[in-house]
Amino acid sequence: MSTEILPYIVQPRQDTGLYNAKVGIWLFLASEVMLFGALFSSYILLRVGSAEGYWPHGWLNIPVGTANTVVLITSSITTVMAWASCKMNQFGRFKFYHACTILLALTFVGIKSYEYHDKFTHYSIKLADGQIADGHLVEKSKDFNLSDPDLTKRTGEIVIGHAHEVNLAGKSGDELQKELKTIYDIRSPEGRHVHHGELKYKASEIASMETYGPWHNTYTAIYFTLTGLHALHVIAGAIVIGFLWSFGAKMWETDRERFTNRIEISGLFWHFVDLVWIFLFPVLYLL
Amino acid sequence: MATAHAIPHPGIQEAHHEDVGFWRTYVFSTDHKIIGIQYAVTALFFLMFGFCLMLMMRWQIAHPGEPVPLVGWLLERVLHDSRGASLAAKGIITGDLYNTFGAMHGTIMVFMAIVPLAFAAFGNFVVPLQIGAPDMAFPRVNMASYQAYVVGGLIMFFSFFIPDGAAQAGWTSYSPLATAITTDGQTFWILGMVCLITSSLLGAVNFIATIIQLRAPGMTWMRLPFFVWAQFVTAFLLLLAFPPLEAAAVMQLMDKVAHTSFFLPTGLAVGGALANVSGGGSPLLWQHLFWFLGHPEVYVLILPAMGIVAEVIANNTRKPLWGYKSLVYSVLTIGFLSFIVWAHHMYLTGMGTRVATFFQTTTMIISIPSVIILTCLFLSLWGGSIRFNTPMLFVMAFLPMFGIGGLTGLPLGFNYSDLHLHDTYYVIAHFHYIVAPGTIFALFAGVYFWFPKITGRMMSEFWGKVHFWGSLIFMNLIFQPMFAQGMAGMLRRMADGGANYSQAKVPGLIGGLSDHFMDLHRYILYAAVGLGLAQIPFIINLFWSIKNGQKVTSDNPWNSTTLEWQAPTPPPHGNFAKVPQVYRGPYEYSVPGHATDFTPQNEPDQSVSAKR
Repeated sequence: MSTEILPYIVQPRQDTGLYNAKVGIWLFLASEVMLFGALFSSYILLRVGSAEGYWPHGWLNIPVGTANTVVLITSSITTVMAWASCKMNQFGRFKFYHACTILLALTFVGIKSYEYHDKFTHYSIKLADGQIADGHLVEKSKDFNLSDPDLTKRTGEIVIGHAHEVNLAGKSGDELQKELKTIYDIRSPEGRHVHHGELKYKASEIASMETYGPWHNTYTAIYFTLTGLHALHVIAGAIVIGFLWSFGAKMWETDRERFTNRIEISGLFWHFVDLVWIFLFPVLYLL
Repeated sequence: MATAHAIPHPGIQEAHHEDVGFWRTYVFSTDHKIIGIQYAVTALFFLMFGFCLMLMMRWQIAHPGEPVPLVGWLLERVLHDSRGASLAAKGIITGDLYNTFGAMHGTIMVFMAIVPLAFAAFGNFVVPLQIGAPDMAFPRVNMASYQAYVVGGLIMFFSFFIPDGAAQAGWTSYSPLATAITTDGQTFWILGMVCLITSSLLGAVNFIATIIQLRAPGMTWMRLPFFVWAQFVTAFLLLLAFPPLEAAAVMQLMDKVAHTSFFLPTGLAVGGALANVSGGGSPLLWQHLFWFLGHPEVYVLILPAMGIVAEVIANNTRKPLWGYKSLVYSVLTIGFLSFIVWAHHMYLTGMGTRVATFFQTTTMIISIPSVIILTCLFLSLWGGSIRFNTPMLFVMAFLPMFGIGGLTGLPLGFNYSDLHLHDTYYVIAHFHYIVAPGTIFALFAGVYFWFPKITGRMMSEFWGKVHFWGSLIFMNLIFQPMFAQGMAGMLRRMADGGANYSQAKVPGLIGGLSDHFMDLHRYILYAAVGLGLAQIPFIINLFWSIKNGQKVTSDNPWNSTTLEWQAPTPPPHGNFAKVPQVYRGPYEYSVPGHATDFTPQNEPDQSVSAKR
């Protein structure tokens, strides 16, 4: 391979104190900072520009998000330990720690999919009488169909749980803001004191409905885009670390120093991915 | 190249030669020189393709609604809408098709022709040689970068042939227009861009790491040839400016396929009806993110060209560059400032006068280092005994052409004069003077200059000069009239070239375009055809000379000082017989007391004094 003719693959260059891949990964991370930086800036701009009362608060489950934060931080620790084990020539401990890293990465993605699933079964239903019903899907009848433009010809029914109705029509000022809080700020006193129950609607009563997917509003759009892109990074990092843990680990026998460098480089990427989440968690869950 | 002959250098070829077969040598190569050539060939193809799109558009502008000669039947046959009808019935370019050609001409020229040619092709071939490195720091990443570019290019190319054709919303792809157009072209455009951005990012990481890590012993920062500095700054621009566009592309893709509203405002109406979108987005956000890339991108287009110009000037004036350090600090300053001028593309968006004032100020400031660079290059000519070979002719033309392009940019940088000139042909003329007779001339110079190192043969000087004079004359005939048209108020992007706003069509229209300005379209078309014909000698010369050009008699046919000319011709895998040791700066030409009028960077002091 052509790589063999290159200097500073393993040993650092004297005047820079770095080996090639370390320069490369830091440059790559700089571009990643710009990528997520642009998305976070977009978040700020869109949030500042949103109409009063319409920016959601408390739409995400904080205990679940906290658990996922702990999972990722722990994986950062195991990543450092895996690298340190390599440095100390303890291959068995390396295997153990990076096995933990991979399992924690999978746990993170699992918890994230649970949260995504929750949003994709959460419905906002515009009723023909102008009210909005909001709740999680309990069941849909088999013939449930909204495709006919004529409301009276729509068939079937839907049941949503932990649901309530809101009427925004004709309201303005403080009255509107109070009403909005029952949907958009569910941790506020108004939001918490709304009565929730199981509600059932015939398709003929429904003007339109949608889930809390990215299309729902600007908040869900930025939530899915940012966490989706982050999840792709988690998966990519897990694949790289998984490769180094399994097939790639053969290099331990032939070139220990170079293998240890690879663990360091992949670890730097992993820490970056964790760091992005450390920003995402407060921005999306807490603020 | 297989056909190139090698100047005998005992011991090297054997040392690194490894027979890895045709595919690994020419297609899946990790050698920076082969990858550079791959980039050059692909980018030259796209350059020609983008030029052909432009020719068809010029025909449509000069003769709105008339069938395109020669290729009209082809357009009619290959371009279809989703119902199966032709997009160019009877060979006539429709408004939609004109928009497609316009959007794709810009996209192809910027992202698939000039950047890959200026940055990736020349950078790949020349930079490792000039710093005395055996290869790029990450050869396989280098290969991946080229492959991502090819995939992006193919997606863009084939998007012409999907139902309803390629993107139509301009190379800037402003939302909500880009999202509101219902065809799939924009989705392909975004996917193609994501591949091209990935390619640029991988390339940028590789270039910076190579320049930091793989400089030969003694190659200190202030001994780097100016071309390497230019590429170094360019790589940082790509590294840091492209990701925000990638973020924007992801968001526009979400708008397009997941029906989000990142760039779609509340109350958006499309075709007279309220669009079914959640709203709350910001069209300005797209423009900010786009131009955050878009403006540094302008410097990505011009800095490598300036680097080539500096190399050719020093070599052909036989004297050191005037103000090497000023050039280096200027290029670094440009790199930094280019990140804070982007909103001068957005004066008319209503973003506010205070913001406009800030960006107007930074825009005026960035012209200072640009002028320093151009002044240094002009002053470098002073007192030199200039060799007027083909590369030097192109470079000599670059200087005034880039000057025209730069100076005509000032009225666009001031927001009060931009109010009148914004979105007119004046803008087209301005940036084409920068990129076409500017950057592209420098790239031609680079091709003629480094061709003997790549192939071991010279390109024909006679046909080179024919190519040069034809290109110079026709370039000016194309773009000079556009300044006048733009100042008369002719808007760009109009499929009929403004016929609907002409005095011929609407007699007595106040501010209507007079026959005088409308007639210029016809002359521009003739000049564009002439420019096309002027490229034929170049294309033939390029391919013919690979096998039949005059053989070089030494590794250093131009008597140059920089390291790439001290390597064997063509450089073998691994480049240098032994790691070069660098003793001096890059431009030691005509040093008093030396035996020759050039002292290569790797010439030890003892041997210089011994020759005295």
